[in-house]
Amino acid sequence: MSTLTFPENNSRRKKLSQKIAFAFCFALSLCIVLVLACILLFIIVKGIRVINWDFISQPPADGMTGGGILPAIIGTLYLMLGSAIVSFPIGIMSGIYMNEYATNGKLVRFIRMMTNNLAGIPSIVFGLFGMAIFVNYLDFGDSIIAGSLTLGLLSLPVIIRTTEEALKDIPDSMREGSRALGATQLQTIWNVILPMAVPRIITGLILSMGRVSGETAPILFTCAAYFLPQLPGSIFDQCMALPYHLYVLATSGTDLEKQQPIAYGTALVLIIIVLFINLAANAIRKYFANKVKTN
Amino acid sequence: MKKILEKFVKYLLTASGFITSFIILLIIFFLFSEGAGLFKNHIIDDGYVLALNKNNPVNTLSAKQVKGIFDEDITNWKEAGGKNEPIQVFRLNDLLSMYPEEELGSEYEHAGSKIKEAILQNEGIIAFVPKSLLTDTENIKTIPDQTIPVKDVLAGTEWFPTATPSPLFGILPLLSGTLWVSFFAILIALPFGLCVSIYMSEIASDKIRNILKPIIELLNGIPSVVYGFFGLIVIVPFLQELFNLPVGESGLAGSIVLAIMALPTIVTVAEDAMRNCPRSLREASLALGANKWQTIYKVVIPSSMSGITSGVVLGIGRAVGETMAVLMVTGNAAVMPTSILEPLRTIPATIAAELGEAPTGEAHYQSLFLLGVILFFITLFINLSVEYISSRKK
Amino acid sequence: MEIIKAQNVNFYYGSFHALKNISMDIEEKSVVAFIGPSGCGKSTFLRLFNRMNDLIPKTRLEGQILINGQNIYGKNVQVDQLRKEVGMVFQRPNPFPKSIYENVAYGLKVNGIKDPNVIEERVVESLKGAALWEEVKDKLKKSAYALSGGQQQRLCIARAMAVSPQILLMDEPASALDPISTSKIEELIRELKKQVTIVIVTHNMQQASRVSDRTAFFYMGEMVEYGRTKDIFTNPEKEATQNYITGRFG
Repeated sequence: MSTLTFPENNSRRKKLSQKIAFAFCFALSLCIVLVLACILLFIIVKGIRVINWDFISQPPADGMTGGGILPAIIGTLYLMLGSAIVSFPIGIMSGIYMNEYATNGKLVRFIRMMTNNLAGIPSIVFGLFGMAIFVNYLDFGDSIIAGSLTLGLLSLPVIIRTTEEALKDIPDSMREGSRALGATQLQTIWNVILPMAVPRIITGLILSMGRVSGETAPILFTCAAYFLPQLPGSIFDQCMALPYHLYVLATSGTDLEKQQPIAYGTALVLIIIVLFINLAANAIRKYFANKVKTN
Repeated sequence: MKKILEKFVKYLLTASGFITSFIILLIIFFLFSEGAGLFKNHIIDDGYVLALNKNNPVNTLSAKQVKGIFDEDITNWKEAGGKNEPIQVFRLNDLLSMYPEEELGSEYEHAGSKIKEAILQNEGIIAFVPKSLLTDTENIKTIPDQTIPVKDVLAGTEWFPTATPSPLFGILPLLSGTLWVSFFAILIALPFGLCVSIYMSEIASDKIRNILKPIIELLNGIPSVVYGFFGLIVIVPFLQELFNLPVGESGLAGSIVLAIMALPTIVTVAEDAMRNCPRSLREASLALGANKWQTIYKVVIPSSMSGITSGVVLGIGRAVGETMAVLMVTGNAAVMPTSILEPLRTIPATIAAELGEAPTGEAHYQSLFLLGVILFFITLFINLSVEYISSRKK
Repeated sequence: MEIIKAQNVNFYYGSFHALKNISMDIEEKSVVAFIGPSGCGKSTFLRLFNRMNDLIPKTRLEGQILINGQNIYGKNVQVDQLRKEVGMVFQRPNPFPKSIYENVAYGLKVNGIKDPNVIEERVVESLKGAALWEEVKDKLKKSAYALSGGQQQRLCIARAMAVSPQILLMDEPASALDPISTSKIEELIRELKKQVTIVIVTHNMQQASRVSDRTAFFYMGEMVEYGRTKDIFTNPEKEATQNYITGRFG
């Protein structure tokens, strides 16, 4: 073989380019951390001044230049609950079907593709759809039920996917073991498979609720009210919602000076909800992970 | 009994398995049936008629010409293909200034004949009046009723959905606004997304990664209105100051906010792809004397290219469909964008801003559903390309 | 003369004592085989010679490994330079998702060789040296994944040889291959030993006896016996070695 001579400065050059590249990646990552810190700090510092018991327990007053945001908080909770009722059962059942019952590979791929497509549809399109079908066609009008249905459909793909993935991670030996003891497929799923998958499914459900709590576009034309002095009386009433309230205060305010602090407070409450939901999901994940280990 | 239950549950599960496909079909059906209705509308408002003097050689007018005439941008018939004759615009309330009230009758019962008289007397007139008042059209030329042409919508450069007598539904300004904002958003997000995912998957220690991961998740979880609010209060004034703009609400403000919002999607997918790059390939590269960085950009990145591309495409999807944040910071001027530093308007923002005021079932309402259809197909295309990219890898 | 000298090597994965006080000399341009049951530490020991174990967190090394008289775990050693001198072929063929040509050229490029003529000459030579040239000369631009498993492994050998290392480490290079491909690899080893020192880990005792000059038997993290291959297989000193090569355990 011919003799090879390697350039001598190569080692130094390699080292230098690595140093530069790593420093660059580090710097940009740091930027992202700073951006998040900036957003959070900004809203926390400005919002914390307005938040007190009255702020979260009183309805808006004086043409939304004073008072609290109670109806918006309650409205958002109603919508979360409503969409959970719509999406949890169907989503979980759909996930179970995909992983446990569907045997035709092509069919499963097709359904998965449709689920991914649904997940990619912009929320405003859900808003249009919800308005066309629930508000107009089914004649629910602008109402909690129309908003919940719209938000429920929006969160379906996330729930289906997490359910499917949670089930997929359970080894087939569990299923075979149960079936070998004479359990039917349904008994196997109900008694063996689902209990094992529950922690991950719950994590997915909680995260989907986080998304629902912050969505605005789907409820713009299906549910959200600009201002309601009283709390909704039935599911056919409109309700206020935190994200929409923030949008209204930030863009179509009448008295900026008085409304901006309320906007900060509303944003902070929203962030706290999201933060809390993220932490809860993580805690559940960790709790069950440890439990499995100690067993 | 047990068997029946098993069967029942099985059917129930099967039915819910198809729920997403069913919803997509429903979405297509409802969006389409409303959106397609737009093309059944006439270019002139329903119940009205455009009438000309019979000596006027002009026979047809496009919606754009009508708008030009009534906005007084077009003032002479030769600009609309007629002879050199100034245009005299006649609306119903001009009747009162042309004829004293007693001539019109106490119940305006003579309004119809007076309108006809005005049209017969003025060669340059164009009258926009209710059909019910102009029942006798002898010796009068009426512009033939024409439904809104598909071309005027898909290739139209003007979006004036509430103009009378003939609204314009050209979607190009909105479509290009959407594409501009998304394009710049990805341009900003791409270097960050790549570097952060490289850092997280290849460089950072487990400890740092465990800090970064929840941060990215949190960025993903913050509601879009909060981003919009932050953009409005911080980024918009900052840009205004920086570039000395008349208004800070601009395409760039939207792009920056969207870049932050698209970042988690890009990072999550790209990082996942890089971590899935087989260890054996990394070892092969290192064993040949490559250092870590050479291994990353010569082996890890090329071999996880399809995953990285999927992440970027999904990020574009997120940017294209984002509504609230964009609505709050882009200034929403429905004009053909010429600079990213000027206000512009995206498709989702248009729907969100206008649907509340558009009367159900009318042309404007339907045009917004048509925008929804277009948005639906853009995102469908994006999703299918992601599907294609990731299936090709296997 | 010895090219590799390991002196009192102890190696730990966390608290697990994986290699226990191993000393060994390896002569230049010889073939040394490491045999022993799974988990005995033979692969771990092999991967110390090009510091591949550096990639595994929470590991610790005691003792010294000298290559050409230099402690490769010393402070001033540049790991990438070391790995250029000590090539490696892995258990499963692991070509890059690139063309055949680019696979072989990779090591040259990352080590700073830019002249395309030099690279091309070297690629051809390496492929010939790995007895692969005739099979791939018409499809150099095709993806390496289009090759069979045996061809891929020979491509990996060509890739490793392209940077002209002094030592070639082979970690069970034929364990994932069929018998015909295996015999081709063995033939190749006998050929390559004219140029480089080869250390090979293998499960297959016939293979060890066919290709190696010396053999080391590892058991439970200890090097039980090290000597001329003929002696180890015909007349081992230790009972454990005897038991292993006659198939009584492992």
